[in-house]
Amino acid sequence: METIVSIRPLLAVLVTLVAALLIIFTGEKHRNLREFWTILASLLKFSIVISMVPFVLDGKILKYTIIALTPGVSLQFRVDQFGMFFGVLASALWILTSVYSIGYVRGLNEHAQTRYFFNFAICLSATMGIAFAGNLLTLFIFYEILTVATYPLVAHKETEEAIIGGRKYLVYTLTAGIVILFATIFIYSLTGSLDFKAGGFLLGKGSSATLTFLFVILILGFGVKAALMPMHEWLPTAMVAPTPVSALLHAVAVVKAGVFGCLRVILYVFGPVLLHKLDLWLILAYFAAFTVIVSGLYALAQDNLKRRLAFSTINNLAIIVMGASLLSPNSITGGIFHIGSHGFMKITLFFVAGAIYVKTHKENISELDGLGRQMPLTFGAFAIAAMGVAGTPPVCGFISKWYLAIGALEAKQVVFLFVLLISALLDIAYFFPIIFNAFFKSPKEPVNPHFNEAPMRMVVPLMITAIISLILGIFPNAFFNFFNLASMAAGRILGGM
Amino acid sequence: MMLQAPVLIVVIPLMFTFVALIFGLWKKGLCYPIVLIALSLSFLATLQTLNIVITSGIIHYRLGNWNPPWGIEYVVDYLNAFVLPVISFVAIMVAIYSKKSVEKELSDKVVYFYCIFLLQVTGFLGITVTGDMFNLYVFLEIASLAGYALITMGEDGAPFASFNYLIFGTIGACFYLLGVGYLYAATGSLNMADLARLLPDLYGSKVILVGFSFFMVGLAIKMALFPLHVWLPDAYTYAPSSVSALLAPLMTKVGAYVLIRVIYTVFKPYFSIEILPAATILCWIAAAAIIFGAAMALAQTDLKRMLTYILVSEVGYLALGVGLGNRNGLTGAILHILNDAFMMLALFMVVGAIMYRHGGRRISELRYLHKKMPFTMAVFVVAALSVIGIPPTCGFFSKWYLILGAINAHGWIFVAVLLASSLLNAILFFRVIENIYLEPHDGDIVENHDMVAGAEESPLTMLVPILIAGAGILSLGVLSGKIISTIIQFAIPAGF
Repeated sequence: METIVSIRPLLAVLVTLVAALLIIFTGEKHRNLREFWTILASLLKFSIVISMVPFVLDGKILKYTIIALTPGVSLQFRVDQFGMFFGVLASALWILTSVYSIGYVRGLNEHAQTRYFFNFAICLSATMGIAFAGNLLTLFIFYEILTVATYPLVAHKETEEAIIGGRKYLVYTLTAGIVILFATIFIYSLTGSLDFKAGGFLLGKGSSATLTFLFVILILGFGVKAALMPMHEWLPTAMVAPTPVSALLHAVAVVKAGVFGCLRVILYVFGPVLLHKLDLWLILAYFAAFTVIVSGLYALAQDNLKRRLAFSTINNLAIIVMGASLLSPNSITGGIFHIGSHGFMKITLFFVAGAIYVKTHKENISELDGLGRQMPLTFGAFAIAAMGVAGTPPVCGFISKWYLAIGALEAKQVVFLFVLLISALLDIAYFFPIIFNAFFKSPKEPVNPHFNEAPMRMVVPLMITAIISLILGIFPNAFFNFFNLASMAAGRILGGM
Repeated sequence: MMLQAPVLIVVIPLMFTFVALIFGLWKKGLCYPIVLIALSLSFLATLQTLNIVITSGIIHYRLGNWNPPWGIEYVVDYLNAFVLPVISFVAIMVAIYSKKSVEKELSDKVVYFYCIFLLQVTGFLGITVTGDMFNLYVFLEIASLAGYALITMGEDGAPFASFNYLIFGTIGACFYLLGVGYLYAATGSLNMADLARLLPDLYGSKVILVGFSFFMVGLAIKMALFPLHVWLPDAYTYAPSSVSALLAPLMTKVGAYVLIRVIYTVFKPYFSIEILPAATILCWIAAAAIIFGAAMALAQTDLKRMLTYILVSEVGYLALGVGLGNRNGLTGAILHILNDAFMMLALFMVVGAIMYRHGGRRISELRYLHKKMPFTMAVFVVAALSVIGIPPTCGFFSKWYLILGAINAHGWIFVAVLLASSLLNAILFFRVIENIYLEPHDGDIVENHDMVAGAEESPLTMLVPILIAGAGILSLGVLSGKIISTIIQFAIPAGF
């Protein structure tokens, strides 16, 4: 395992931080210049991230130490395959979200746009920091920055409901933060080190009671942002945020940061060997499976489109955690790959919800009858993404679910195969009526039957993400060996076994 | 000149007090530059001292060349070399900041204000630099008397609050002095190093135990440790803005420094931890202070008063770190002297700026302030995040070491208290931030067009120190590893 010292991960984090400052100093007066910074930063960030991919595919690790924080722990970036996978995903989706955001906030003439773009940029910096963090403390630092920077976005509308949503978000995530902090310090006091290591670094440290306790509170801590039940309640409430925020942050950055944290804990702090020894993996898998099923049932009952999507997100996040906790090569690969494939599909679905809202101001599923005729591109993209989430080939959701299913069998746990199948059925049950009604049911109130879409700045990004979901379903390695990154990460974790 | 640095730290502000008085009575406007010059020179002297300590070890400076234990000796080791620049830096920031607020709040007392201001700083620096127990008492009284005078200049309730503080402060000083007397009676010495050498043989003596107890109570009053904090909220709320900005960051920190000095240098750690369970008691009191301060802060509607209770809570952090009695706890406490000085400096300066521009400071009246004073409010948010303990602000790192220390000491309740206080602080500050930044409005968005962004930003002399304090909070956290490895790890008293 070769390590290269490279400043690139730091640059990838800094570029959006600088952009955030430029955004706030440019301000509302020069809004085109302000948006230019956002777009420029997103493109720069993506290219910096992409430039690191070849090294990582070679099996090398990029490392950059900024400063020593405390003996044995530095503020350090360390780009491995798993971090790379998350980094590529988040930075790629940010470009599309930026374009979409501009269309959305201008289409609705939102207030406080500077604050909005400023916080968005900070969030992306934090997400990149999480992806590339080399140890638990660095990860925690960026994790908390993400929490704080997301708060103004959740409360953006400043209505009573939005403020309550924001408070709830803070209560959940800050409480989780101190739990993670405690566990982090505890681990530090046990080992004197916090560096991530494929396959875990806690083996042989501390008694099994202590380790079990630490594992439980770490998963509870990271599980809040990953919206594992029963810590999921903030996510549907946070759907009050503007749709691009829900799209990027609640389908990709924030919740995936939670899942990313869970996976780092499961695979890079504790590791398969230790979890087998402590017999914790199966318990976690059942815990996640519970969320998978229950959140699917919840989703069925929602009429607000974004809330239904939120519960579908909870469902999929739990599937990822479940895959990782089964600890077999294919289930880990499938779990990691699902972070990406779910990201592309879910962002499409949120983009669609936003486009419908900007065009028609409708938020509820019962009002969408017949709208497919007016907005065929939007609903077409919705159909593709929804099929993908349900695991229908040839959309990328199929690939991840296929690997997850094989992984469940590899781990000799047939139960989880059924969990996956039931969850797929539930997906179909809550998505297909939307598609069917939009295209085939006659509208309750007359809709413009002619082609009348949302602004192109919104439609183009959502079509791109839908098409990428399709391409990834057929050629999983189409972009930067996306799938290989996931399987290499899994291989390295289990290589230590 | 260089070798005189330790004494210059104190002598410069003391001498300039008279210079400021004479020139000030002649021309009022001269006070401000004179104070700035005095404090800058003193700051340079503290930096020089720190530099000498880092390069060549502990400094012993004998006043008038009298040998200790008969003469007064200034002793600067890593611990006070670290605290000294903090004090004089905060003092400079407040001095720069004070210009406008003094003109507005104390226009007829400018000269006296600046003279006493310098005396106040002299007191703080003297307490920190001296190596003599009685000399410390003298400076403690200089600082306290100056403090009473400064606070009295404040708004309506100030004279009464100051009188209240005077009574408490005098009792505290008496207790300290009694402590000195008992030690002197038992050992015949007032020099700290000498005492540290003589005392271990007498650890069984009742005289020493009583003296130690007097020290503890006296210091607890001076540093406003719960439940002896009652003088603080009133005094610091009604004091003029510049005075609270000076006293809040410094008085409590200097008290914490003296606490560390007395219980771990003058007395040996094994005395304060094992022979007497002083450290353990301190931990429990500190834990109560943390929770009580935060809970009381929750009940306040006045922003400045809320901050004074948060200060009570922060004193708890310092005391907890000291009481834990292990390396990590002490590292946290010493680091928190620096971090909390910056946090409190920023917060109290921001409140002062709000009052200067806005008149009021009730939390419910702060709407739109982020539009009127964007930079000031940005610093407020940064300082608030630091008090909550959100990384990468400096407050997070003190909390890191304190929690680590509590885990090392197996003090699970203290861990829980530290974590819970983060949440309480989060509630406290996000309530304020919500009031400032977010406005619940129904339906359509009403843009207030007659409000020009930044139109009522703090005046430059206030804004610059506020921004510097904010930048300090953001950068000190990341630099804390460096600060600890170059200074603090050597500042921890021997025996840990």
